[in-house]
Amino acid sequence: MTDHLVQLSYLAAAALFILSLLWMSHPSTARRGVRAAEIGMLLAIVGTLVRHEIVNYEIIALAFLAGSAIGVPLAYLMPMTAIPQRTALSHAFGALATGLIGTAEYFRLTGMDVAPSPLVMSALMFEMFLGFLTCTASIMAFGKLQEIMPTRPMIFPLQRALNVSIFIATIAAAIALVVLPAGPVLFGVFVGLALVFGVLLVVPIGGADMPTVIALLNAYAGLAASAMGFVLNNKLLIITGALDGSSGFILAVIMCRAMNRSFANVLFGGFGQLQTSAAGAAEDRTVRSLAPDETAMTLENAQSVVIIPGYGMAVAQAQHKIHDLYQQLTQRQALVRFAIHPVAGRMPGHMNVLLAEANIPYDALVEMEDINPEMPMTDIALIVGANDVVNPAARDDPKSAIAGMPIIEADKARSVMVVKRSMGKGFSGIENELYFQDKTHMLFGDAKDYVGSVVKELASTAA
Amino acid sequence: MQLDETLLFIFMLAAFLGFQLIKRVSPLLHSPLMSLTNAISAIAVVGAITIAGEKDASPFAQVLGFVAITASTINLVGGYLITDRMLKMFRKREDRP
Repeated sequence: MTDHLVQLSYLAAAALFILSLLWMSHPSTARRGVRAAEIGMLLAIVGTLVRHEIVNYEIIALAFLAGSAIGVPLAYLMPMTAIPQRTALSHAFGALATGLIGTAEYFRLTGMDVAPSPLVMSALMFEMFLGFLTCTASIMAFGKLQEIMPTRPMIFPLQRALNVSIFIATIAAAIALVVLPAGPVLFGVFVGLALVFGVLLVVPIGGADMPTVIALLNAYAGLAASAMGFVLNNKLLIITGALDGSSGFILAVIMCRAMNRSFANVLFGGFGQLQTSAAGAAEDRTVRSLAPDETAMTLENAQSVVIIPGYGMAVAQAQHKIHDLYQQLTQRQALVRFAIHPVAGRMPGHMNVLLAEANIPYDALVEMEDINPEMPMTDIALIVGANDVVNPAARDDPKSAIAGMPIIEADKARSVMVVKRSMGKGFSGIENELYFQDKTHMLFGDAKDYVGSVVKELASTAA
Repeated sequence: MQLDETLLFIFMLAAFLGFQLIKRVSPLLHSPLMSLTNAISAIAVVGAITIAGEKDASPFAQVLGFVAITASTINLVGGYLITDRMLKMFRKREDRP
């Protein structure tokens, strides 16, 4: 009887998770989606706790308390700019849990009188390989996003050969364990190899490729959870893992498309390494720059402004000043919109969250494909901390390292303003022709300070 | 212990459903989507409870289970709270304070 109730609670939970993703499709229903997922989770946990095989309630209660004691402050204290790091960290926690459950299950299965079937062992090995590699890979991604580690790709000789041989060794160990499950030493080697492989996977990946990597790790974590469902014969785990996995894959594909690159290229490309030598000759070209008061005057007369944010806005924490600018300009009846490139920032949707945090209404945020046809009718394209995503070389120069990457066509606007710390190059290390156009003005300075002074200037003329 | 093939059908259906659902999500919400799926995948806690709580669980399994429940709970609690925190900020032009 209780078994039926448990299954019913899982069934309801699965339905609620599906509904919650359905409601996530639009901001007006998204919070309802979170509620649905919470109720589903509660049902599933209560359902599991009432199963008659469960007896050690003290351990479970203690672990719940410990987890909440860490999770709650983490959720409330985390600034919105640190969302990518938090996401990487939570992939690491989730994958660690999956890997550890797999380990316990391995020792339970091999301790029984009947040998586990090869199919069950394959699912278990799959679960543990993805679980442990995602765990260390996510910790590495966290380190790079938090800038504990250098964000530039780290490349060393024979890197690819080393990665491939570790991958093959891990798979070989896994196959051996499927054939002959009892082998605690080999099992330890397998886990170690999977952990090392995760580290090596992220070492050569640079900061601007993080959106793809995070999405891919999300997919791995989901697939690992799904594989765990096969091992534990738990349908809810299979469904949830599959939903999570497909979400990660779709996001990763969107990110790759937005950079015109393949998965393989992101994972093994070591982007942003090669081009530094080529640009040296062009260093002395002149650019036009503007002081904040001049910028304010130009902006004051604009009818339509498109603001293009990038990772630099997040670094400078400039989103609140940008909001003030948005207000000043809208008060003057200008049409102000934000053009969001899919890979702007360090994770999918990063810019949207920051701008929403700064109280900018989401209907002012426009996707790349929708804003590009309107760029020629735009008076000013104001670029804040973005570089490669507005580089016309991606469209015009087939030899460029970012050739074919879809861009926001800032160069088509009637005039262009670029807030930038210095003439340093973007992540790809490529010179940006946009800065040398006649209609472009460089606004040198810290994005937050510069936009702040412009806003002050505008506010004083308004009064 | 044998593997039940119907599980593969369930996986296949759920994966296709997932693709269809996620494709509809506005790019505006990709960050909260990721943290929500993250929170949902903390359902692994169900497996962890089984490992740690079973009658004949070895001390080793109990330790692993304990860590796994803790890690999943961090994701579970944190994931839902932060998703909601993010979504609360998304407002339209008219309903701003």
